[in-house]
Amino acid sequence: MKPSAQTARVAFSLFLRRIRLLRRAMRHRHDLTAVRDVTAGIHPEAILGFACIRNERLRLPYFLDHARRLGINHFLVVDNGSDDGSLEYLAEQPDISLWQTGAGYKASRFGVDWTTWLQARYGHGHWCLTLDADELLIYPHWETRDLRALTGWLDGQGQPMFPAMMLDLFPKGPLTAHPYAAGDDPLVHLHWFDHGNYSVQVQPRMRNFWIQGGPRSRALLADPRRGPTLNKVPLVRWRRDYVYVNSTHSLLPARLNRFYAEDGGEQASGVLLHTKFLSSAPERSGIEKARGEHFFDSSLFSGYYDALIADPDLWHRHAQRFQGWRHLEALGLMSRGGWV
Amino acid sequence: MSVGFVMLCHTALDRAAEVARHWAKQGCPVVIHVDSRVRYRLVREMRDELSDVRKLVKFSPRYRCQWGGWNLVAATQAASQVMLKTFPDVQHVYLCSGSCLPLRPAADLIAYLQDRPDTDFIESVTTEEVGWTIGGLNIERFRLFFPFSWRRHRRLFDMSVRLQRRLGIRRRIPSGMVPHLGSQWWCLSRRTLTAILDNPERQAHDRYFSRVWIPDESYFQTLVRRYSTAIESRSLTLFKFDFQGKPHIFYDDHIPLLRRSDCFVARKAWAHADELYETFLGDCPEGVQRSEPNPGRIDRLFSAARERRLRGRAGLYNQGRFPVDNFENGKTAGPYSMFQGFSDLMPDFPDWLAKVTESRVHGHLFAPGRAEFSGGDTIIEGGLSDSASLRDYNPKSFLTSLIWNTTPERQCFQFGPADNQKLNGFIAADPNAQISVISGAWAVPLYRSGLPFSEIRREAARLQRIEMEFLELLSRHWVKARVRVWNLSEFLDDPLELLQLLVEEIAPRLRPRLTQPPEIVDLAGFGRFLQDLRNQGMQPMVMGDYPANDQFHTPDRHGHPLLVS
Repeated sequence: MKPSAQTARVAFSLFLRRIRLLRRAMRHRHDLTAVRDVTAGIHPEAILGFACIRNERLRLPYFLDHARRLGINHFLVVDNGSDDGSLEYLAEQPDISLWQTGAGYKASRFGVDWTTWLQARYGHGHWCLTLDADELLIYPHWETRDLRALTGWLDGQGQPMFPAMMLDLFPKGPLTAHPYAAGDDPLVHLHWFDHGNYSVQVQPRMRNFWIQGGPRSRALLADPRRGPTLNKVPLVRWRRDYVYVNSTHSLLPARLNRFYAEDGGEQASGVLLHTKFLSSAPERSGIEKARGEHFFDSSLFSGYYDALIADPDLWHRHAQRFQGWRHLEALGLMSRGGWV
Repeated sequence: MSVGFVMLCHTALDRAAEVARHWAKQGCPVVIHVDSRVRYRLVREMRDELSDVRKLVKFSPRYRCQWGGWNLVAATQAASQVMLKTFPDVQHVYLCSGSCLPLRPAADLIAYLQDRPDTDFIESVTTEEVGWTIGGLNIERFRLFFPFSWRRHRRLFDMSVRLQRRLGIRRRIPSGMVPHLGSQWWCLSRRTLTAILDNPERQAHDRYFSRVWIPDESYFQTLVRRYSTAIESRSLTLFKFDFQGKPHIFYDDHIPLLRRSDCFVARKAWAHADELYETFLGDCPEGVQRSEPNPGRIDRLFSAARERRLRGRAGLYNQGRFPVDNFENGKTAGPYSMFQGFSDLMPDFPDWLAKVTESRVHGHLFAPGRAEFSGGDTIIEGGLSDSASLRDYNPKSFLTSLIWNTTPERQCFQFGPADNQKLNGFIAADPNAQISVISGAWAVPLYRSGLPFSEIRREAARLQRIEMEFLELLSRHWVKARVRVWNLSEFLDDPLELLQLLVEEIAPRLRPRLTQPPEIVDLAGFGRFLQDLRNQGMQPMVMGDYPANDQFHTPDRHGHPLLVS
């Protein structure tokens, strides 16, 4: 883009926005109470995991196992008022620093204010992986190369971030037909996905990427504009003046959203396997709908909640079965780019 | 008779020590140079660790090496001198780095070199013939001055180069020296190396090369041309560079590939690749293998990766690839066909076409109500839904996904002025698209609809306006699609021949011979209908000279396809 008054104006307003978000995160640090703070033991080379959770006792064991297998050395977790034993479970883990808060989820920009503060405080200079409890990161060669290899390669390429698209996994048959127990591999129950119904575009203002679609747009939402944002940038070599704008979909400064090639080439990217549609999803949707803490205007999504509560069958004849990252790469959902 | 290894190390000293021990255990002397930026404590630990093989592992004076700087050569010279002096048995000196990984036993390498006692293995190419230089500098590396670091002060570096070019500044290349470039990882014979290092003119050489840019890729490569008798211009070390000029790294999962390559040494291994180091530094098999290095498979893998990184897969739009207009290397993943007016005139056309060409023929994909997938499907490959709102939210993603999901099967679909027109520009600019139009055919179903005439007239005016815009678009100079436009009269004149043309293009391998076109609807009274439209003040312009009596096949008229692009 050529420098012009327009681009300068956008850049300046984005700068102001970043400052505003950072100050907001500073204010929200008072929401947090440390339950277990072992951050003193963080090694300078450590790769950190950040998460904000609520009532995820079911998913946590496998989620943590997977992240540890990838090579996360230390987790920094905010618990937002769990009452299902998540807090107690997390407090027992040796590699987790845990904070607790009862403050509003929506009021803290869906937890981003809290994690932003922790990232600024502890993440500076580290590779930071920010996930929700229902996301499992996979990337090219993940079974044989841990995150040290990936981040080392990214450092060598001069690329401080790594994108991963969310891929909604769903079961065959109604969601509740496959009961899930804590610690199970969710992929045993959820291993179907849509591979080619995504809307891909670039937003003009921040020039960041916008992928929507998948089974939620196909079957659960009436208005495609409200389709879930699926692109994410979960892995970033953090600096204390960075900030996530909404969830981990986009960041400021805006150059961190430029992870895609515009000249026809393919940059390396990963996939976040999204385990939202476990058997607990319909019940959870009822609770979330009543709480109204998950969208700025929850009334727009009541149809979506109702569709989920009705325990839908998202499977169709052309759904693909998950067979590993090479399969996803062949289908065009991710790419190893230049990393062989 | 033996081979000695000079190792240049600056990180992961523990791994370098493992490799040095591996060589020493097989009786090969090793001289290690450690960058002087490395902390003394680490170097001492390395020495201690190697103390049990100290007879064969020596350390050379330390230099502070920077990328592209002279000290890298100075360090190599010093280490080589230590090697030649301390180990008189050494016949070949092999230069490698601390992150190089031995793939084959030393005995193999020794046998290989014994068969070629005077050969120097060093990549050495004249500056005119190198295609891989960083920054585009070849001969200018030898002729300009480089006071600024390329890595740290890129802008100053570029400015100084431009300034010197403008001013015509040129250093004199010493006489008798022909600049050559090549990889810095070589294996030279004692004779050649001694000739270079003990040369009476060495001081002059060093003074000149200390100001050349990236001398480690040119010092030995140039001088060896003067003193060697047998040069093999290739490196015995396997290394691969990515498109940015950075070395590719080998991980655990490369083990089978590396083993089959039969190369002696690979650069560079990831320091944490435990399995890789365990595998190749393990016990060496008995006996000597005399196979030639064969990096072909690895070459193919890495050039495929380079291709994918730089050009990508055609027609793919995802989180790592979102090409701007005209940089797509293929807007869509494969060829497809769009037919306008055919199914209006021949209702059986889609089924007929599917049978004749064995491709998938959809109805109106961009119809206002829903995407009419073939067979009335509501969801097709990839989970693509027939919902009109999802499709219209991002028609480009809809079409590119459809083509991507169904490759290699060819897709055909019907189109018309009543459909969503948003994507017309994209399709017209796509070389994969075959667009065939019978202009004015949309009036046939209108004529047969039995609607009140005033409504028909309004609708006809609207559709004609849209179609004329489309035809106007198809005649632009930038159109890349294969476009054929006939008006209704031209088509009806000789439908079989024109259909034959299209069908052959869609299914060139089947070469279907048409005997009969699909049934054309009864057009009796259509000429009168057009006249009625005219009488009502709406001028039908896109149908051509449609005869008022609906009679075609007069001998003096022939339809010629209007080939626009």
